[in-house]
Amino acid sequence: MSSLKISGGRLAGNDTETTMLIRDGRIAALGDTAVREPSDRDFDAAGCILAPGFVDLCCNLREPGNGQKGNIASETLAAAHGGFTTLCASPDTSPVNDSGAVTNLILDVAAKRSAVRVLPVGAITRGLEGELLSDMAGLAAAGCIAMSNGARAVKNARVLRRCMAYARTFGLTVMFSPENQALAADGYAHDGLVASRLGLLGIPEVAETAAVMEMLLLAEETGVRLHLGQLSCARSVDMLADARKRGIAVTADVAMHQLMFTEDALADFDSRYHVRPPLRSEKDRRALLAGVREGAIDAITSQHQPHDSAAKQAPMEATEPGLSAIESTLSMGLLLVERGELDMTSLVRALTSGPASVIGRSAELREGAVADLCVFDPDASWTPDDISLCSVGRHVPLPGKDLPGVVRLTLCNGQQAWPGK
Amino acid sequence: MTVNDPSSTSLQLTDDGQLRHFLTLDGLNRALLTEILDTADSFIEVGERSIKKVPLLRGRTVVNLFFESSTRTRSTFELAAKRLSADVLNLDISTSATSKGESLSDTLLNLEAMASDMFVVRHSQSGAPHFIAESVTPGVAIINAGDGRHAHPTQAMLDMLTIRQHKGRFEGLKVAIVGDVLHSRVARSQIRALNELGAAEVRVIAPATLLPRDVESLGCSIEYDMVRGMKNLDVVIMLRLQKERMEGALLPSEREFYRLYGLSREKLALADAECIVMHPGPINRGVEIESAVADGPQSVILNQVTNGIAIRMAVMSMAMGGQMAERTRRQAGRARV
Amino acid sequence: MTALLDMDRLLDDLEAGLRRILEERGVTAPALIGIRTGGVWLADVMSKRLALKEPWGELDISFYRDDFSRIGLNPKVKPSSLPFSTEDRDIILIDDVIMSGRTIRAAMNEIFDYGRPASIILATLVDLGARELPVQPDVTGQVLALESHQRVKLRGPDPLYIELQETGR
Repeated sequence: MSSLKISGGRLAGNDTETTMLIRDGRIAALGDTAVREPSDRDFDAAGCILAPGFVDLCCNLREPGNGQKGNIASETLAAAHGGFTTLCASPDTSPVNDSGAVTNLILDVAAKRSAVRVLPVGAITRGLEGELLSDMAGLAAAGCIAMSNGARAVKNARVLRRCMAYARTFGLTVMFSPENQALAADGYAHDGLVASRLGLLGIPEVAETAAVMEMLLLAEETGVRLHLGQLSCARSVDMLADARKRGIAVTADVAMHQLMFTEDALADFDSRYHVRPPLRSEKDRRALLAGVREGAIDAITSQHQPHDSAAKQAPMEATEPGLSAIESTLSMGLLLVERGELDMTSLVRALTSGPASVIGRSAELREGAVADLCVFDPDASWTPDDISLCSVGRHVPLPGKDLPGVVRLTLCNGQQAWPGK
Repeated sequence: MTVNDPSSTSLQLTDDGQLRHFLTLDGLNRALLTEILDTADSFIEVGERSIKKVPLLRGRTVVNLFFESSTRTRSTFELAAKRLSADVLNLDISTSATSKGESLSDTLLNLEAMASDMFVVRHSQSGAPHFIAESVTPGVAIINAGDGRHAHPTQAMLDMLTIRQHKGRFEGLKVAIVGDVLHSRVARSQIRALNELGAAEVRVIAPATLLPRDVESLGCSIEYDMVRGMKNLDVVIMLRLQKERMEGALLPSEREFYRLYGLSREKLALADAECIVMHPGPINRGVEIESAVADGPQSVILNQVTNGIAIRMAVMSMAMGGQMAERTRRQAGRARV
Repeated sequence: MTALLDMDRLLDDLEAGLRRILEERGVTAPALIGIRTGGVWLADVMSKRLALKEPWGELDISFYRDDFSRIGLNPKVKPSSLPFSTEDRDIILIDDVIMSGRTIRAAMNEIFDYGRPASIILATLVDLGARELPVQPDVTGQVLALESHQRVKLRGPDPLYIELQETGR
């Protein structure tokens, strides 16, 4: 296997330039040793930052599926374009990933066509219907790294309790997006100022916070490793911090767009920003940012949800939720850093070591480590448009805007994932 | 981060400030709302002539695009368009294409082929007219005839016209809107119009289950007790209560609702002696209003119907005129280049 | 220029012309209609001079203008007001200035929507020529030829005077 020397870049969180040698899929040398070693190929990373490859805890690859909304090849290339090297693939596919056979199919396709590492997440209930337990042990044996119910709710607290207890038996991590179905009802926007003015059907904050509380209590009782995905409310962050103080094994993430936007994004009925959980108030956004900075929230996800254009072109109520966000996640983070709302160290941690530890992996740039890394120029800019985007989903946040942060190189297992071949 | 201009001003108004679509009262200032009312006054006079027609929209095609059926509203829009000499096509889509799975975009593509000049849109989903206004060919005017819980701007403006006819002004008026504000597109537009036109106070009177979250932010105060809320009122607007509200656990019973929030003669007696009673219709007698009040001397419910035609003639001719003026400017711009 | 437009003389001429034509046609009880806004001021003056008992009517022709499709609706439209029926009446239609003839075309269309008149006599204070439609006043106070950059406008109601405007360019 050939070797690659990356020089001139700075390690994230460190202002001095360094040199890195990649050989046999691993980081063979760092710093002065790397400078002295010979290499087959050199990459000039002057002005760039070297970070571990980003880890996404919630990403929809849409395969298996009918291909209209994307597939493993298109969406993993988009991920590499965004600097990601490890993706936890949501079980919300068609068919749902609720059996070892589907997991194997995903892993087979990924082995052939994926630019980056795909880690399937298994469906915790059969068909994600929220009623019957899936074959969790079988899913785990086939390669699922955690169990979740995708974006859907589990039918009731009794089923949820049994899901957790069963997963606990096998030491599996469960991931849930907390939402009380009865309280969320037919809503599709934050139950607040904008929804009241525009007459949108609201999802109240308490739809999330009641579910968070319920899940925390059940996790405490069952002893399962609980991960709360895509929080949207200030109160959820408080409850999370309290639970941790009590010693409950709970981790959490937030979608990058929740840190960037508020309900105001819907002000002109812009269906693009119809996401689930909904974009909430400025107070919530600030609390979520504080949660990331202070470490109460472990990870930032892309919550990448590619769609065909028809799925987003309708009055909001008739559209499907979600942004095609994975290519813009880093840029949004850098915008937050530019504005002083987030520091670079917290941003990189929440995209790398934070999410990695949730799934029992590591993400660091040290000698001997697997060469999953991303080289990006924070001062260069790009524009999401039909030419630059790789994802099938064109409903990106901030379309047509000049965004900071261009990914120059993404390596997964030492293999070049971006720029694609 | 605010991604959008929080008003729909740029979509509804031409660069010269003329109306181009009529989607919501948000972003329309007092001068423009007054212009609509004044223009409607002129159309009321037209309705008293032997030939109740003016040639403004002669040769134009107006399509009544009703995704949610409403014979009353559609009829007044149809009559308004015909009195403007337009050709009118009524399409009741609630039962056809979209329920068979055709998307709104596809339906629109088909309709565009008919070379229409104006769509009057009623839809059960909030924001549907905005969506259509953003996707139609330039030059086609969109009039909102009620969308979801969002807005019903022509209804609110005809209510304003009725208030102005009876009170002569908006300044200093105390107005209450009573009943199911949560599900009401009319109430949202009324609150907005009353605030912009200078009413002294807008109160919403309803139980908490029938009020939207943060309703005060729309520009009103909340009163749970109707007996207290009726004090010193100049105008009381009753909203229609749908029977389904009992099923959703929003209300216990019609009887209790009527006892607490129905407009009876006794409750009306608490308001100013000159207080007028309004209702966007259709009325549920004995549910939100007592028959004797609905038919009584303070009721102006029937005036509202006459005014509805005039208001719709006004916004249709203003929006069509705005589109045409814009086209003239575009062509002049091209000619210069 | 202003010397040519002596308002009292213009009004005298208009009145004399109207009396002559009413007599010629044997009209004894005409209904007077002014076109907003200048024509309405003139209707008021002529109604007094001709000692008409009936109140005069006013027309706002905004809904009948043929330039709606180019400039949109006049934002200052006011209701027309005819306090009499036009059916079978002899009407005096009065306006301050006639030029293209389009305003008069619109006004006549509007009058017909109130009922079919027996006849219409058209009186204008000033005739600027430059006609685009075959419409001629029966009575006019003064014929004027303007330069292309000049406009005239009746100001009033008290005092009534004609203003000559230079449009620049």
